[in-house]
Amino acid sequence: MKPALKILMPGVHTTIQGARRTGYQDVGVPGSGPLDPVSFRLANALVGNAHETAALELLLQGPTCEVLADAVRVALVGCGAGIEVRSGSTRTIPAGESARLTRGEAFRIGPLGDSACAYLAIEGGFDVAPVLGSVSTYVRGAIGGFDGRRLQKDDLVPLRLGGAGIRAESALTRPLDLGIDEPVRVALGPQADYFTGDALKIFLSSVYTVSPQSDRMGFRLEGPPLAHAKGYNIVSDGIVPGSIQVPGSGQPIVLMADHQTIGGYPKIATVVSADLPLVARRRPGRAIRFVAVEVREAERLRKAQEAAIRHEIDALRPMAHAAQ
Amino acid sequence: MSMASVRFLPCGDTAIVIEFGDRVDHGLNAQVLRLSARVRAQNVPGVIETLPTLRSLLVHYDPLATDSASVTAAIERLLQGSHGAAARSRLWRIPACYEGSHAPDLEDVAKRTGLAADEIVRLHCSMRFHVYMVGFSPGFPYMGDLPESLALPRRKDPRVRVPAGSIAIATSMTAIYPVESPGGWHLIGATPVRLFDARWPRPALLSPGDRVSFEPVGARDYDEIRSAVAANGYEVPCEAIEA
Repeated sequence: MKPALKILMPGVHTTIQGARRTGYQDVGVPGSGPLDPVSFRLANALVGNAHETAALELLLQGPTCEVLADAVRVALVGCGAGIEVRSGSTRTIPAGESARLTRGEAFRIGPLGDSACAYLAIEGGFDVAPVLGSVSTYVRGAIGGFDGRRLQKDDLVPLRLGGAGIRAESALTRPLDLGIDEPVRVALGPQADYFTGDALKIFLSSVYTVSPQSDRMGFRLEGPPLAHAKGYNIVSDGIVPGSIQVPGSGQPIVLMADHQTIGGYPKIATVVSADLPLVARRRPGRAIRFVAVEVREAERLRKAQEAAIRHEIDALRPMAHAAQ
Repeated sequence: MSMASVRFLPCGDTAIVIEFGDRVDHGLNAQVLRLSARVRAQNVPGVIETLPTLRSLLVHYDPLATDSASVTAAIERLLQGSHGAAARSRLWRIPACYEGSHAPDLEDVAKRTGLAADEIVRLHCSMRFHVYMVGFSPGFPYMGDLPESLALPRRKDPRVRVPAGSIAIATSMTAIYPVESPGGWHLIGATPVRLFDARWPRPALLSPGDRVSFEPVGARDYDEIRSAVAANGYEVPCEAIEA
C-alpha cells in the first residue's frame, strides 16, 4: 500500500501548501502558498526537506492523523501547541522539534493556542501532482493540493517517502517568536490619496480586531471606520498579498495568499512582506496595530528577516537520540 | 509611449503599480498591455510576473533579488524605448445562446434600457469586444466596450450563484462567468464553451488584448456544442488578426 497519512479528524481548515503559484495572475489565478512562509520554511528545515516542499497548513486547530508508512519524520512550527502522539501511552512533541513516528501511531494537533496558523512538515513531503506549476491548494478555484480542497476525514494523503531513517532529531535554537503583540508594518499606498488625512491618522493610531470572517483570501478587521476622500470605487487594479483594501463600510481587509487578483476598492496601504506572517498568526479577536514605514525600509526588513532565517536554519540544534 | 501621465505607485516591497490613468479606456489599456509584453520580453531581473488591469500594470518582484528602485528604473527605460512592431491579436467567435433559461435577465434589461430583447441580442452580437483584463476569478474576462444604450449599473441584489458560462453585462463591460460564482452582473445569455481549465497549458481561453465576438446559437445548438465540449470535441473558432 502506498505510504500515506490517514486523516482521522481534519481540523478546521487543513490544506497542502508549497511554493507560490507564479505566472497565472494575469488570468485570475492567485499565488496561494503558505500564509506564514517563515514557519512553513522552518518546519521543512527541521525534517531536512528542501525549501518549499509540500507541507500541511493548519488554521486554528490541527488534524488527527494515523501513520500509514513504516516511519515518518514530522515537525510542527508556527504555534505553541505540540504534537500529541498516542500509541499505548501518550507523548507530546513540542512545536519546533522534529520527531520520528512509526506505522500505526496516531497523532493529534489540537487548538493552536495563541496562533491562527501553523505548519506540519513531513520528511520527503506529500506526493501530490503540481497544478499550474505548484502543489499549493487554491480551494476557491479547486486547484492544486489534495483534489483542490481542504482535507477531510478518511482522506489518505500520499507521502513521497515510505520510511524515515533513525538519526538525531533537530530543534529550533529557541522557540519561534510569534510576535502576537507586535505592530504590523505597512507601506502606504497605492491609493492612500483616496482617504482623508484624518482617515490616515486613524488607520495608524487605532487598534483593529481580526474578525471571525477571515480566511486564506483575506483577514477582515473591525475598528474605527476609515473615511474615503473620493468615494470607495476605483477602476479595478491589481492586488498583492498584504494589500489593505477599504470598502464602503470603512473597515479594512488585509488580502492574503488566496486574494482575488484584481479589485475595485482603494487600497490604503500594503503590509510589508516580512510582517505578513504576523498577520497570518492573529486569531479572530486578536488586535492589530499598523505602523508606516518607507518601501526602502520594508526591503531592508525583508533582507534582515531572510538573514535571520538562514542563520536559524544553519544553527538547527541536533538533539540526542530518543530511546527507542 | 508618452510618460507624461504615467504614475509609479508603491505597492509594498514586492510589487509596483504603473498607472496610465484612472478611466476605462481602450487606448490606456493598450499602453498597459504593451508595457506588460515588453517587461516579459526583457526579463527584467527579479521580476516574477506582470498583471495587466484596465488602466495599470502590476509588476511583482522578488525583494531578495532586486528592489523597487531598480525595477522602477528598468521600467522607465522600457517606457522611453520605441514602440516596436504592431502587436498581433486573436479574434475568438464564441457561441452564445440568448434564449429562455439561458438569459434570465434579458427581459429585465429590455425594460431598463427600453430596447427590445432581440435588439439587445443583435447589438451584443454585432460588437467586436476587446478583452481588457482577466481576473476576479480564474479566467473571468472583462470585455468592452458595450454600446451606451446597453450600459446599466450592477444589480442591486447580487446573485449568490451565477451558473458557469453565463454571459453578463454591467456598466460598459460584458463578461463570461468561467465557473459558478456569486455575481452582480445582468445575465443576458450563456455559452457552452469552457473558459478555464487548469489542465490546459495556458489555463484561460482568453488573454488580455484578445478580441471576442459572440455568435448567436439556438438552445438545441447550445446543447450539442456543450456535449462536444464535454467530450473534448469542440474548438472555439479563432483567427489571428492585426491588433
